[in-house]
Amino acid sequence: MVRNEYGKIISIEQAASYITDGCSLMVGGFGGVGSPPSLLQAIIEKGVRELTLICNDTAFPHLGVGPLICEGRVKKAIVSHIGSNPIAGQRLHDGTLDVEFCPQGVLVERIRAGGAGLGGILVDIGVDHEWLAAGKQVIEVDGKRFLLELPLTADVSIVYAKKADPFGNLIYDKSARNTNPLVAMAGTITIAEVEEIVPLGALDPEAIVTPGVFVHYIVQSNGVNWKWIWEESASPNGQRKN
Amino acid sequence: MGRERIAKRAAQELMDGMVVNLGIGIPSLIPNFLGDKRIFFQAENGVLGIGKSPSKGKEDANLCNAAGYPVTVVSGASYFDSATAFAMIRKGLIDVTVLGGLQVSEKGDLANWMVPGKRVPGVGGGMELAQKTKKVIVVMSHVSKDNEPKIVSTCTLPLTARRCVNLIITDRAVIEVTDEGLLLTEVMAPYDVEDVVRYTAAPLRIAASLKRVE
Repeated sequence: MVRNEYGKIISIEQAASYITDGCSLMVGGFGGVGSPPSLLQAIIEKGVRELTLICNDTAFPHLGVGPLICEGRVKKAIVSHIGSNPIAGQRLHDGTLDVEFCPQGVLVERIRAGGAGLGGILVDIGVDHEWLAAGKQVIEVDGKRFLLELPLTADVSIVYAKKADPFGNLIYDKSARNTNPLVAMAGTITIAEVEEIVPLGALDPEAIVTPGVFVHYIVQSNGVNWKWIWEESASPNGQRKN
Repeated sequence: MGRERIAKRAAQELMDGMVVNLGIGIPSLIPNFLGDKRIFFQAENGVLGIGKSPSKGKEDANLCNAAGYPVTVVSGASYFDSATAFAMIRKGLIDVTVLGGLQVSEKGDLANWMVPGKRVPGVGGGMELAQKTKKVIVVMSHVSKDNEPKIVSTCTLPLTARRCVNLIITDRAVIEVTDEGLLLTEVMAPYDVEDVVRYTAAPLRIAASLKRVE
């Protein structure tokens, strides 16, 4: 039995109580891979509404953050794409979902900036792009033009990790790391759902990816409760209808 | 099949030791045509060194490509967060990216992310890849479903990035984007030069060394 010596280990129900109507919610994961299944289910079951969702994408309709979109819990999504979730496309079209599109690398760097206490970042991605550059401040440095992109933070960040110790130090699992270490830094409250909680000292300090100081609460995951897209279809690796 | 043929031709552009990012759709077929070339495939979610697809039953839900499908990794692979993945891309460390396309202009402008009023999927990581990769190859059908040319003087669809495309590979032709405009270097049988010119809505120079590919 792991000692809860920092009081960070809480139940999924307790964790869900931090996510309330109208709050901004940042969720780790990329196409649903590395998103925290038990916390997302608890948020759905709790009936939270009017969320501002910040996530790499809107996942697939039945997995990751997809159900939050499909069940109309999100009023605004700040994401890099919605291509894998047709319901998000429908909701954008019929006006029940507001979407702020941000190029993927810019989005994740804005999240990093929010988590790192920066006031903004300078990027030349899309600096001459009529849609992306619209309304943004252009800053010239050494003769090069950059867009000022603003940091992103959230009331609550939820992430998925392989292991946590009671202080909240996290290690991840392969490509399920993706946006999680950045999202973990950017929450006013960060909650990590983990496969395994190990005793203090059990994680090699050299291997820790997210230092526990960024993590406020830890919950034990009940595991993935959805079917992955590749479990449902026989389509070969990476192929999707365009 | 046209898609396989395009992928096979694109695979010839990838050289041993390159770092390559593949888009979804046709580009994802390219690894089937590489022979024993050693390529380090990068994915935006945070993997460098993607290998073959796992066999059925050996999939790992926590090891996927950027499209969400299971992959394996090769010796020397690494995992990292998505910000690091885009650091590699913005710093210009990706040798080649192969992307799908809706329209490419004679100047190499690329439109591949939205059709206003119809499909608004969002740009994903396409802008960074198109703008920052050393060599951008676009693979696509030569014409749209409505038989409209996709290679045009000026893109009418919203752009992903300007002047970014180096090479276009379609089911009918291979076209280089040069400072002097588009250069037709290969024609795919059964199509001939006339077909290609007729269905390309931009000026096309014909390479002296034009190749007909059976």
